[in-house]
Amino acid sequence: MHRYLAGDEDRRKILAAVGAANVEELFASIPAELRCGPLELPPARSEEEVRQEFWRLAGSNLAPDCTACFMGAGVYRHLSPALADAIIQRGEFFTAYTPYQPEVSQGTLQAIFEFQTFVCQLTGMDIANASLYDGATAAVEAVLMAHRLLPSRRRVVLAGALHPEHVAVLTTYCEPQGIAVHRVPPGADGRVDREALATAVADDVVAVVVQSPNVLGIVEDLEGTSAAARAVKAMAVQVVCEATSLGLLTPGGELGFDVVCGDLQAFGIPPTFGGPHLGFFATRQEYLRQVPGRLCGETVDVDGRPGFVLTLSTREQHIRRAKATSNICTNHGLMALYVTIVLSLLGKKGVREVAMASHATAEYLKAALRSPGSGVTLAHPESPTYNEFLVVHPEPDELLRRLAREGVLGGVSTTRWSGELPPGILIAATERNTRGECDRLLDGIRRLA
Amino acid sequence: MSYPEDRRYAKSHEWVLVDGNTATIGITSYAQEQLGDVVFVELPAVGSTLERDGAMGNIESVKAVSEVFAPVAGEVVEVNGALEARPELLNTDPHGEGWLVRVNMAPGSDANLLTAAEYEAFLAEEGAH
Amino acid sequence: MNGARGRARREGVIFDRSSPGRVGYQLPPLEVPPADVRQTLAGVALRGEIEELPEVSEVDVLRHFHRLSQLNYSVDEGLYPLGSCTMKYNPRLNEELARLPGLAQLHPLQPEEQVQGALELMWELEQALVAITGMARVTLQPAAGAHGELTGMLMVRAACRDRNSPRSTVLIPDSAHGTNPATAVFAGFKVVEIASTSAGTLDLHALARHLEGGDVAALMVTVPNTLGVFEPEIARAAAMLHERGAFLYIDGANLNAFVGIAQPGAMGADVMHINLHKTFSTPHGGGGPGAGPVAVSQALVEYLPVPLVERTGDRWTLSYHRPKSIGKVRGFYGNFGMLVRALAYIRSLGRDGLKAMAEGAVLNANYIRKGLEEDYHLPYPGASLHEVVFDDSRQLAHGVKNVDIAKRLLDYGFHPPTMSFPLIVHGALMIEPTESDGVEELDAFIAAMRQIARECRENPELVRGAPYTTPVRRLDEVRAARSPILRWRRSSR
Repeated sequence: MHRYLAGDEDRRKILAAVGAANVEELFASIPAELRCGPLELPPARSEEEVRQEFWRLAGSNLAPDCTACFMGAGVYRHLSPALADAIIQRGEFFTAYTPYQPEVSQGTLQAIFEFQTFVCQLTGMDIANASLYDGATAAVEAVLMAHRLLPSRRRVVLAGALHPEHVAVLTTYCEPQGIAVHRVPPGADGRVDREALATAVADDVVAVVVQSPNVLGIVEDLEGTSAAARAVKAMAVQVVCEATSLGLLTPGGELGFDVVCGDLQAFGIPPTFGGPHLGFFATRQEYLRQVPGRLCGETVDVDGRPGFVLTLSTREQHIRRAKATSNICTNHGLMALYVTIVLSLLGKKGVREVAMASHATAEYLKAALRSPGSGVTLAHPESPTYNEFLVVHPEPDELLRRLAREGVLGGVSTTRWSGELPPGILIAATERNTRGECDRLLDGIRRLA
Repeated sequence: MSYPEDRRYAKSHEWVLVDGNTATIGITSYAQEQLGDVVFVELPAVGSTLERDGAMGNIESVKAVSEVFAPVAGEVVEVNGALEARPELLNTDPHGEGWLVRVNMAPGSDANLLTAAEYEAFLAEEGAH
Repeated sequence: MNGARGRARREGVIFDRSSPGRVGYQLPPLEVPPADVRQTLAGVALRGEIEELPEVSEVDVLRHFHRLSQLNYSVDEGLYPLGSCTMKYNPRLNEELARLPGLAQLHPLQPEEQVQGALELMWELEQALVAITGMARVTLQPAAGAHGELTGMLMVRAACRDRNSPRSTVLIPDSAHGTNPATAVFAGFKVVEIASTSAGTLDLHALARHLEGGDVAALMVTVPNTLGVFEPEIARAAAMLHERGAFLYIDGANLNAFVGIAQPGAMGADVMHINLHKTFSTPHGGGGPGAGPVAVSQALVEYLPVPLVERTGDRWTLSYHRPKSIGKVRGFYGNFGMLVRALAYIRSLGRDGLKAMAEGAVLNANYIRKGLEEDYHLPYPGASLHEVVFDDSRQLAHGVKNVDIAKRLLDYGFHPPTMSFPLIVHGALMIEPTESDGVEELDAFIAAMRQIARECRENPELVRGAPYTTPVRRLDEVRAARSPILRWRRSSR
């Protein structure tokens, strides 16, 4: 028998108890013509054999941790405290189910309550949910919530330079809901074009969605964007992909937005080739009944002791079924626990310090690349950026390849989104990038560009 | 449970108290018992028009959502704002403080509703008591 | 014992541990010049320190979350027989492998030549899932089961339109999981519910009636269904649907019952999602992350989301050139970390182990059924596969409901079964033991359930008041919903 399963004696006992001659009898309800032969898979392997296979697979990749890495574009490499991973590896957390039995799930529930609190603090909002899948689907949920609140409106405006992955996902989801996706391209400075936005919005617009910092790394005109949405009573939605920016930049919750949502991966979740990351969703109290996903609330038990429960569940699919606010069930709970731990460790000082250090490091690179002879030019030299910016180069992929040969992952090429962004390299810096790494990048670009 | 005789009842467990053109609508004591502890009430906006037997709102308990159907037709002139802060009024006083809406009733739209005695007989028939 | 606190049964929120000047981190020294944000971010609204964030040390954080962990029940502690959730053992090897730097630290936008191993891994997982399901191809992109459902239904929608036969109706049996109707609506369909037969299975006559109008895009059905009973007529249902130009969606939540025994491809399925966090043991994580790959028949391959991993010789690429694709359903390629764990699980069990896994799940469920059928009522007596659904009708005679039984079970040290569905069973106790445990653990569970049945007869008040031994007792959910407190605030203490 296999190491994950019970043994032959268990089988004998069970078969005797249920009165079956063999296991086959228990499957008699599956018609013979639907049965299959042995699966075309390799036989069972020992731990060591599996480990060898995965070491080989992992070894055929270039792990950015061994190099100077300046990649961002929605996925960032910030500090990952050892304690956060150690705690989420506790079986009590990672082998538990969704906390539907609160009496034996107070650990998970309280962590969700703390997570919701952290998200409110970061975003300046009243309420936050227990997590969503990722930034792109969080943006979708914001638009769908707006559509529930304003069902007669049929157009969503995407203002400025949104992440192309988000645009793609929004497009997929909006079409079956009958919501047209209207894009307002950024102005020459890479920010939302106020005039174009004012022209684009009207009373058929359900929401105006803006990403800040946007995909070009530029801090958006949030005040202007929320004002444009308010002017037509549409919902204003801020999407945040680089969540550490919330330690420095005033969040949409304080600038007239109705929803601030996005991805919290930047708070130390390993990039993991794109997931699992951590979608979040925060909004105003007045929209409580329309929030997607799970919510945890505080209450008391029969003896008056404080405790936590999943609450307002009538919004969800398991009760409201076809009329639910979202079809989401499984969310990204363990990632929410991870970020709750990281935010606890960083606390009041650290959240700001990470943001300041990331910004300063990016500014150091920007200042150097601004000077003539740096090898590239800044795409938007006058626009404010947080920790990422676009440099123009005719052959970004080739330049990145040359840099990689020298052990520098210099950024993300925009050619994969050629219809969306000008050819160049998005360069992101975090508090993990040392001055030495920065200088290697600058030197490499100067020589190889 | 005795049901007040000053009003009429619908088989979908709402009551209507008519005073001139104005009809006050609520749910019956039987309905609130079935729902359990009410935690939220969603009512139509003042000025909206109700059709007889049309959905006019939702009542939520912790683990269920139930639709309320309008027992008469008319325009909503007042909603019970107290329910927002105190949805439990539906449980503690369904025939009084727990009323839902007042409507400017379409004349005659209260035809064929049940008297208190008929409603109690209906509940008995349904095996409710 | 003044001041004694015993083993922690309660832990305040992290914000209440805050003490000025404590920190739980240290950054490397900043070697670049600090930025003057009044210049670098001129004109941008900036915030200061966020006052309500806590100030705690690393030890504070450890103690806090360690103590919270002690308040949870988990698979590591014992049987977790939540029906339809497949709470099986989560091998530690998978956790180790998912954390290899060559996998966990990969950036999704690295050039393909730097991530060949990751692409190969995804391709291998797709091949394994194709082998298991007998379907044509698989997308690994969806983040969870419900997300997979949506992806599948969007493909159905795209295919109907592509055939110039747009349809608006999706049929769903009344025994279905709540995500099915919710998903169909989000994919732009309207839902028509089909009543199950008296045996709890799909009603083919009802299906035929609904198909007559020609507006049905798909039937969404769980196999085996939420009663743990195999749909005997699934292949006929598929043929009827196909004849009318409609698709068969199989909800793969219960795939654990028949891996290596039967294949959805042979049943006529066109599309099926697979919950890797159920059948393939990626941990539930207290609510996620999961992964919900979707397998499709040849009829739907061209609509799969982009990108797919393609193999050319010894090279793997991400293919975006799929003109009829529904597009993307989330960022990047899926919950890659979960894909790593699932492939490790499939490799560990292998061909025969996977079949033995399904057999073990079915054996264990039948053992529990046998052990409890004297004490609990079985509303649908069809043959059980991986789970068995009792109801509380016998206990109700003593005034005890399924929820009371569940809470009492906590006092006996077990996680309760699922109670919230299937909706066709009033007072359901849906038990799915999975294959992980041996008979001793099952015997202990059966003994606890039988003892509770006795208590229901002899001392129902005791059961109605349970639990007594948990960190908190029954919580006031009405209060939580009437006046929601969803976040901590300094002023609230």
